[in-house]
Amino acid sequence: MPSLGADMEDGTFIEWHAEPGQKVARGQVICVVETQKGAVEVEIWEAGVLAKLIAAPGQRIPVGQVMALLATGTEDWKAIAAAAASPAAPPPPPVRAALQPPVAAFDASGAAPPLSGRLKVSPAARRRAEELGIDLAAVKPSGAHGAISMANVELAAAAIEPRDAQAAMRDAIAAAMSRSKREIPHYYLASAINAENSIAWLEKRNASVPIGERVLFVALQLKAVACALRETPELNGFYQGGKFRPGPGMHLGVAVSLRGGGLVAPALHDVDKLSLAELMARLKDLLRRARSGQLRSSEMADPTITVTNLGDLGVDTVFGVIYPPQVALVGIGRSAVKPWVTDGAIVPARIVQATLSGDHRVSDGMRAARFLVELDRLLQQPESLV
Amino acid sequence: MSGTVHINYREALRQGLREALLRDERVFLMGEDVGRYGGSYAVSKGLLEEFGEERIRDTPLSESTFVGAGIGAALNGMRPIVEVMTVNFSLLALDQIMNNAATLRHMSGGQLNVPVVIRMTTGAGRQLAAQHSHSLEGWYAHIPGLRIVAPATLEDARGMLYTALQDPDPVLIFEHASLLNLEGEIAADPQSVDIDYAAVRRQGTDLSLITYGGSLMKSLQAAATLAEGGVSAEVIDLRSLRPLDDSTIIASIAKTHRALIVDEGWKSGGLSAEITARIMEQAFYELDAPVSRICGAEVPVPYAKHLEDAAIPQVDGIAAAARDLVK
Repeated sequence: MPSLGADMEDGTFIEWHAEPGQKVARGQVICVVETQKGAVEVEIWEAGVLAKLIAAPGQRIPVGQVMALLATGTEDWKAIAAAAASPAAPPPPPVRAALQPPVAAFDASGAAPPLSGRLKVSPAARRRAEELGIDLAAVKPSGAHGAISMANVELAAAAIEPRDAQAAMRDAIAAAMSRSKREIPHYYLASAINAENSIAWLEKRNASVPIGERVLFVALQLKAVACALRETPELNGFYQGGKFRPGPGMHLGVAVSLRGGGLVAPALHDVDKLSLAELMARLKDLLRRARSGQLRSSEMADPTITVTNLGDLGVDTVFGVIYPPQVALVGIGRSAVKPWVTDGAIVPARIVQATLSGDHRVSDGMRAARFLVELDRLLQQPESLV
Repeated sequence: MSGTVHINYREALRQGLREALLRDERVFLMGEDVGRYGGSYAVSKGLLEEFGEERIRDTPLSESTFVGAGIGAALNGMRPIVEVMTVNFSLLALDQIMNNAATLRHMSGGQLNVPVVIRMTTGAGRQLAAQHSHSLEGWYAHIPGLRIVAPATLEDARGMLYTALQDPDPVLIFEHASLLNLEGEIAADPQSVDIDYAAVRRQGTDLSLITYGGSLMKSLQAAATLAEGGVSAEVIDLRSLRPLDDSTIIASIAKTHRALIVDEGWKSGGLSAEITARIMEQAFYELDAPVSRICGAEVPVPYAKHLEDAAIPQVDGIAAAARDLVK
């Protein structure tokens, strides 16, 4: 089970999009997993042949637990599948942990406690609990000899209220943001950028192409952010285990608010290398899928910086909270016509407020200021961002 | 021929004997009182008159001698059916059965085989006391080289004998004495029956009653009682006690996840213990409750009616154990 976000502990398996014996390429979608942020298509991160599918629909699987076996290189997938099917294969380790609750948790309604202090669970019930992701310590026994029976497990599973997706997402955001404000010493920089050149250039470009190929200002902003990050790589990456790790590319997390409430910030990959037209197409696709809950695992897991634009709502300035383990967040407000002094004259111009929230453990205001300067410079030369 | 015929277990056994005698001239029956007296349980009544003294042979009261003679005849190409009055008396012939019948194929490197069929009565329920009432088929099922079968239905009572005679090696048939008056309708036209597989006599989903012989009908009655209480019991008739048909047992447990073994024999070192062990070996992870057993009490079978009843599995006890298992 891949980690589809820093705070993810487990995911509920939905379905396979691949079969045993199927050849898969790196990046291919092989299954769908339900997370607190919605259903996510999981892409496999290594090429090979799928030998055995282990995860079953409805199972709640901790991050890091095996979901499938993959034959790579010259390995024979059938041999791997056969070896996995033999009884010698060890049980998955997380299950054992679940089977060893404190002795005090044992309540067999009057029955003598088992000699070993181990929960009395029928073998079939144990297997069923594993399938349903049920913690046996919380199941009330009523079976023969005061043991937990299969029926007890199924009753316990039915009693678990389906988790409210909205509430779960709220919890996830709360956890991530609390962690951010608890751990990350934020600093904030803001800069007013004259967007007249960019917008005028875009309007001219858009007038000459069909509606479907028009590019929104937000796409240009994203491209400018990605290119500006080349100057200040310490804003792009992760802070983990007390150390900064630079991002492998300019993977911009685009904050998307969802209709039912809550938000996600899936990644657009290598934005600095995309043409403006390609970037726009990807952005549209990403927004559509984010709102219909069809995001891919890589999009969820690896944004290296987040960009949030609240301009549509009339907000002038955004002071964002960094999404850990990222180390910076770029906020962009609305473009509003304001008085602007240029060459000694006051002229009306469309102005946007760009802000940077930075992690002071990793970067300093001095260096980060260069990012906003570079962002401004790039937006004055929109033709350089094509 | 078609249609059904009303018949009892005793008559079904007799039909099986007649059919074997008619179909194969190498077949003959011998044992104590099988001829002039018509068999101690009247199974062979009338056969002496029909087939004559050559083929229906009364023997002296010496189990070792006439079982040994049967083995000798089988070695020389005949297809003898040896009747031993009860399993308790068969112990006098145990040396012949175990040391000769069961071993000769192996000791001769395959040169000699012993196609003898030995029929005997087993079980309690008729107040015949400890020397006539035990269920020792589990002992015989311990011995490699023997095939052990237990007809518990009218069809099997009629059909198992001929199939057993086709086996090139010794087959022991255990007929439970309490079944002799069991009546019912069966096909008038004898069908051949196998002696290899267990049979699911009643389908169910909540637990598997695994039984054979004299306990089958009791288990079926218990299953009917259980059904009234909403418990769906599957009933497996083992039919063959050696070899055991593991696959039918395991398939049933994979469905019901609970097993109750009903065996009139004793628990200790018995057939029920062997079946339990096989379930543990092959279906442990299917079990939702410990394997349970209703068996004969570990005493010599008593003479007094109430004590005898208490010493062997009964319908109420089977049903109660089943309810405990599924609660």
